[in-house]
Amino acid sequence: MDKKDSEFLKIIQEPETEASGCSEKSTCGSSAGPADMDPEVWEKVKNHPCYSEEAHHFYARMHVAVAPACNIQCNYCNRKYDCSNESRPGVVSERLTPELAAKKVLAVASEIHQMTVVGIAGAGDSLANPEKTFKTFELISKAAPDIKLCLSTNGLALPDMVDRIADYNVDHVTVTINMVDPEVGERIYPWIYFNKKRWKGRDAARILSERQLLGLEMLTARKILVKVNSVMIPGVNDEHLKAVNREVKKRGAFLHNIMPLISEPEHGTFYGLTGQRGPTAEELKHLQDSCEGEMNMMRHCRQCRADAVGLLGEDRSSEFTNEKIEAIEIADVSYDLSAREAYRDKVEETREKERKIKEMLAGLGRGKGLEEEAPVLVAVATAGEGLINQHFGHAREFQVYEVSATEAKFIGHRRVDLYCEGGYGEDDSLSRITEALSDCVGVMVAKVGGCPKKTLEEAGILPIDGYAYQSIKPSLLQWFSEYVEGIRSGKIVPKSSSGQTKIRSGAFTAPSPAPGQIPLAILK
Amino acid sequence: MAYTIVLENCTGCSACEPECPNSAISATADGLYQIDSDLCTECVGFFEEAQCTAVCPIEETCIPDPALVEDRETLMARKIKLHGE
Repeated sequence: MDKKDSEFLKIIQEPETEASGCSEKSTCGSSAGPADMDPEVWEKVKNHPCYSEEAHHFYARMHVAVAPACNIQCNYCNRKYDCSNESRPGVVSERLTPELAAKKVLAVASEIHQMTVVGIAGAGDSLANPEKTFKTFELISKAAPDIKLCLSTNGLALPDMVDRIADYNVDHVTVTINMVDPEVGERIYPWIYFNKKRWKGRDAARILSERQLLGLEMLTARKILVKVNSVMIPGVNDEHLKAVNREVKKRGAFLHNIMPLISEPEHGTFYGLTGQRGPTAEELKHLQDSCEGEMNMMRHCRQCRADAVGLLGEDRSSEFTNEKIEAIEIADVSYDLSAREAYRDKVEETREKERKIKEMLAGLGRGKGLEEEAPVLVAVATAGEGLINQHFGHAREFQVYEVSATEAKFIGHRRVDLYCEGGYGEDDSLSRITEALSDCVGVMVAKVGGCPKKTLEEAGILPIDGYAYQSIKPSLLQWFSEYVEGIRSGKIVPKSSSGQTKIRSGAFTAPSPAPGQIPLAILK
Repeated sequence: MAYTIVLENCTGCSACEPECPNSAISATADGLYQIDSDLCTECVGFFEEAQCTAVCPIEETCIPDPALVEDRETLMARKIKLHGE
């Protein structure tokens, strides 16, 4: 455990961790694993940032973009577009060979001890490039056997690949399933390439759906954990995703991740060019909530790129470009397994402490006659440690909690930074923030200036700075009783939601380091 | 006619390369893809449609080369020459 790791742990210790990957019914805060989860499954998910909301505070992932080819066309994807300031699935800046990918994994694992997972997510489809994908897995599993391997796929080639996936000990597979009805599917997929033929329309969607569901069944039969990603496309598959949720649950999917459509016209996708809108934050939450009773829902997805590196919500890929990786002599990379194990042990200790904090919180807020009050959404500016410790103006994203008398439940992140400077440079940043938080009744911050305070109040969002540097969850619960009193006494006017809260999708991409700068630990 | 790849449109995704039954497709120095017209049979003798076009994600990128018009007999003769009966 080196100094860098302890500092990192200190920064990210968040006593407010949520159920792992996970709906409220689980109690995944325990390092021993949640009571209602198979210990074997818990062992697989506990260090995977995408499968466990709790884990994503501690562990990082990297995607290696070794799979450029794809075998289907989706209306939300344009393969010609790559903006370096932009972050979304299907986009990469550079392609990797399997050999360079394995080298990159070693370099990143040596620099970022919390990196536990390597995924292949494109930029095309991992299983449309089986030789490149499986060669990469082979090389990584030899060089860094403690790293978990995962892949994501559209599912078309999946039934033919399940045996190889199992052979390489890939124990997490994400399948993107946007429909189970070809009539819906023909509005999402213009064509697929299957059995040496291009299929269009309803036939294409029917074949794709059959292959996806068959592949899902084959994976779960082998006890491989499956996450299903679905893109929510208002007016196309939004209501239908409830049926998708039922069908994938029935076939043993572990987690469902419903993501908002990204359809900015400048990306040049079919949906972007035809004015198909994405969902509002309210619509997305409503759909996620209505599926939640049926299975675990992922709420912390940042829709990262196929070459993302780092914790979810940050992207350090610009520190590990091909040019830099190629320049590294592999003999110079110190792959220190014991340092990585020490980091994981420390995380387990921290998680145990958090479990105790969670138990202490469980009784708060009861017996005050507030249980009947409807929950409200509150945004929180935090730089980590589970504290309200960020200045309003410094926040690149806010955590959003649904707060009631007895519970402060994390429901997602809201980005407020510019994700493509070319496209949004003229926007007024303050109004962008009030738009992104317009479904929240308040925003908890360490500090907020007079001018933004006024703007927030005018937008019906209470600036709350009375809990600066305190723990997020207890503060939210305490604040809720004050809020209800304020409503009852008429001091606070209840807010009616616009239902139009904008989603700024995709993961934040950290600014590039200065040219020539190589991460220190790579070069001994 | 043999097929050709419009390099301005090609994204270098490599999807076409393994699908070609004639191994006529190879990478250029820039990481894009090109078709050797001496090896291309437009998939005649193998498949109903040209595989490079069927799999290519960009419209109007793998197209019949207007400068190399060939009839079906010529293409079939090439297939037999390359692969036997």
